[in-house]
Amino acid sequence: MEYEAIIGLEVHVQLLTRSKMFCGCDANYQDAPPNTHVCPVCLGLPGALPVINRRAVEYTIMTGLALNCQIAQVTKWDRKNYHYPDLPKDYQISQYDLPLTANGYLTIDVDGRPKRIGIRRVHLEEDTGRLYHVDGRALVDYNRSGVPLIEIVSEPDIRSPEEARLYLQKLRTIVRYLGVSSGDMEAGALRVDANVSVRPVGQETFGTQVEVKNMNSFRSVKLALEYEIERQIGVLKAGGTVVRETRGWVESEGRTVSQRSKEEAHDYRYFPEPDLPPLEIAPAWVEALRKALPELPDEKAVRYRREYGLSSYDAGLIVADRHVAEWYEQAVALGAQARPAVPPKTLANWLTGEIFRLMHERDQDIESLNLSPAALVELLGLVADGTINNNVAKSVLRDVIESGTPPAQIVEERGLRQISDEAQLAHIVARVLDQHPDEVQAYLNGREQVAKWLMGQVMRATRGKANPKVVMSLLTQQLEARRSSQE
Amino acid sequence: MDDLCRLTLHEAKVLLERGECSAVELTEACLARIEQVEGRVRAFLTVTPDEALEQARAADEARARGSSAPLLGLPVAVKDVISTRDVRTTCGSRMLEHYVPPYDATAVVRLREAGAVLLGKTNTDEFAMGSSTENSAFFATRNPWDVERVPGGSSGGSAAAVAADECLAALGTDTGGSVRQPASLCGVVGLKPTYGRISRYGLIAYASSLDQIGTLTKDVADAALLLELLAGRDPRDATSADVEVPTYTAALTGDVRGVRLGVIREWLEHPGLDPGVAAAVQGALETLTALGAEVRDVTLPHSEYALPVYYLIAPAEASSNLARYDGVAYGFRASGAGDIWELFARTRGAGFGAEVKRRIMLGTYALSAGYYDQYYKKAQKVRTLIKADFDRAFEAVDVVVGPTSPVPAFRLGERVDDPLQMYLADIFTISVNLAGLPGISVPCGFADGLPVGLQLIGRPWDEATLLRVAHAYEQATPWHARKPDLS
Repeated sequence: MEYEAIIGLEVHVQLLTRSKMFCGCDANYQDAPPNTHVCPVCLGLPGALPVINRRAVEYTIMTGLALNCQIAQVTKWDRKNYHYPDLPKDYQISQYDLPLTANGYLTIDVDGRPKRIGIRRVHLEEDTGRLYHVDGRALVDYNRSGVPLIEIVSEPDIRSPEEARLYLQKLRTIVRYLGVSSGDMEAGALRVDANVSVRPVGQETFGTQVEVKNMNSFRSVKLALEYEIERQIGVLKAGGTVVRETRGWVESEGRTVSQRSKEEAHDYRYFPEPDLPPLEIAPAWVEALRKALPELPDEKAVRYRREYGLSSYDAGLIVADRHVAEWYEQAVALGAQARPAVPPKTLANWLTGEIFRLMHERDQDIESLNLSPAALVELLGLVADGTINNNVAKSVLRDVIESGTPPAQIVEERGLRQISDEAQLAHIVARVLDQHPDEVQAYLNGREQVAKWLMGQVMRATRGKANPKVVMSLLTQQLEARRSSQE
Repeated sequence: MDDLCRLTLHEAKVLLERGECSAVELTEACLARIEQVEGRVRAFLTVTPDEALEQARAADEARARGSSAPLLGLPVAVKDVISTRDVRTTCGSRMLEHYVPPYDATAVVRLREAGAVLLGKTNTDEFAMGSSTENSAFFATRNPWDVERVPGGSSGGSAAAVAADECLAALGTDTGGSVRQPASLCGVVGLKPTYGRISRYGLIAYASSLDQIGTLTKDVADAALLLELLAGRDPRDATSADVEVPTYTAALTGDVRGVRLGVIREWLEHPGLDPGVAAAVQGALETLTALGAEVRDVTLPHSEYALPVYYLIAPAEASSNLARYDGVAYGFRASGAGDIWELFARTRGAGFGAEVKRRIMLGTYALSAGYYDQYYKKAQKVRTLIKADFDRAFEAVDVVVGPTSPVPAFRLGERVDDPLQMYLADIFTISVNLAGLPGISVPCGFADGLPVGLQLIGRPWDEATLLRVAHAYEQATPWHARKPDLS
């Protein structure tokens, strides 16, 4: 029997607001000494009261809009009650039945076809502190306590670990475009829980759902989902039943282990937070935020295809990172002004080819790579006007990145100017042909591909600087001339 | 000079302004009085004589430099559920016996800014849960009129301290009658403003949607003076209202002609109403009629449900508010626990008293999955009906009138073993909290030698009318001037 997986994801995203969700403490606690970004409110001291961070509400609305959600006209906060040492009030201020935004979707590209993943809700809550276990003792750092957190809950529309990865990547791209979160999973700014079930293909009803936690990277999400799906199918194939429970991914062992059964599930005793009055969201506020939204990756990709003639593959590669897209658009603007112009498609080819390769090789992103859009346009201008050829340009590019020197200067200093002078090149071609009589003979005997090898010899003799078009035409001329003289 | 402690705030203010006494003399008089009567009254959990005298000296110096802050040099006391920086704030609980807040409640900030001298912290039922101050984990406070009787509660310490002239005035808190009922039993003035009138920031929460800081004073003019200082929007409390604060002292015109008073029939005919209390209230109505007020009947048909509604909503909120006392970050921590769960259980088991545990359990139950709709949600609906009763009544009258407490002060120990009997002490005050309205209790006579209070209830934000009527009544009667004999 064939089985299919049903996956829904709950993603927590930390917002990049300056202050925390309900107090004025600095929300950027990374690298801060423990318990230095705290006050009576985020420590849950007796008598302290929360006040809503307006910016966090705006970031949530922006995320909701980017995910095609409806924005609530009235929203409220609720208390989620449970005891845990990292939770200073012993309840978390969250949103229960009136989330800020709900009922949207996100589109992923599955094998070249768009697929919509439903978004059930996006709500706003506060983060908890962090527990550390040191020498058999538990220590608590409340710096993270009260940092604004949005929870993005998908519909169970995801059918494979690969789709889950695409969904998460898209989600991360969107929050980064919006500038509402770093989306950095390793730093805990984006956390993923998954609800997984399997069912025989063709069956309408869902199988028993298992919640999987503790996945700390995109890779571990993929591995954990693959493991869990196989595990559940295995249970069913063996004639067993899947138990409704929470399981944790143990990275070192490459498996999920049971943490809590449904009988032990929390009763969170949600009730409306009496310290915060319900919040009315004025339509004008939402419209102002909608207008201020940046162009999102899907829209950008469509525009790149339409305006720049890029393939959807290349467009997708460029828009996946907001900074890359911004870099590219600067290059396109400069390329249009250059004489001769450098077309967007050429720039895209260089970006997704040579530059991505260098980024990967050097483990750098577009920002840390020492290359301005202007430098690339200048470099490709030198190709376009015949000063250098493509191969030399690749070498110059590497030099620009390593030295920071402008491309034209490198070309001059290294004497890389392309040789297009026919008389000079004709002399070199003749010399190369004289030095390789066997190959010339082979060509004349009909092995025309030898011309390419001879071309390589000419390029070598000119240290790559020869204008390949001129060389090819001279080679053909002189080889044909030698054929005539033989006959 | 021993009589200085017997002064009201406004009387002492005049003496200070005329230079007829100093803040140090006033403070010394109060400290001497505390020394003299505290062994019998036991109103204070913490007295801070050194700090008080230091503040008094500073006040005298400030006055010498020309300061005329409204409460400059006036000694007051603060109920021990209101946070005071560097002065322990116990909530009458073992749980917070040694807890010293690092910050002042907004109300305390305002007292300090007005120049008041803080004498110390007054006794309270544990976490303000009680009507006799017998639920304090430390000791019971006695009624200065008869030290074998309770002062009422939960602000019994503040009411007794004011009645015994241990301070000029005090802050209390009122969740279900905790300012008005002890004021009634101790023969002082107790004002609970509209919910949202005074910031709750720093008031250690019992039931957040009902808690409100109030005042215990020797007369109505002092209540007006204090409210003027304490009222107003606080950016730290999202439930504090941005409503204009009138000059309450200017509202005390003594003129009540044409004011329409609504007598609550259900309360005057209540079977639990003590005949002496009924007679005193009846006499007050006659006095007010003679002063030119129009008295008519009103009905609050849903007020009979106030008690059960309160005992669902308040414990539900309390169960969440008190969850933070778990031994992790501050307060009492039980020893010998094997793991974190045992630490929580042992700490809460040993740190909380019986009444607090009872309400936490009640509230936890009321919020539990499957019971939420039939208890908490339904109680909120009935709460709306109770409020609607008042709205209807205020269409016909300006102020609603009735008894504050059904009985005068009862004997210590009389009701401690019967929680339901104890809960009935607040039967006339609770609906005012549920409706969020302002209420005041003023002395209106004696029953068997014990003080009786008249309760006046006003429209939301209309404390001015309430104070005007209470003041006119007070000035026409001798009750407020009588003092208990503690010689």
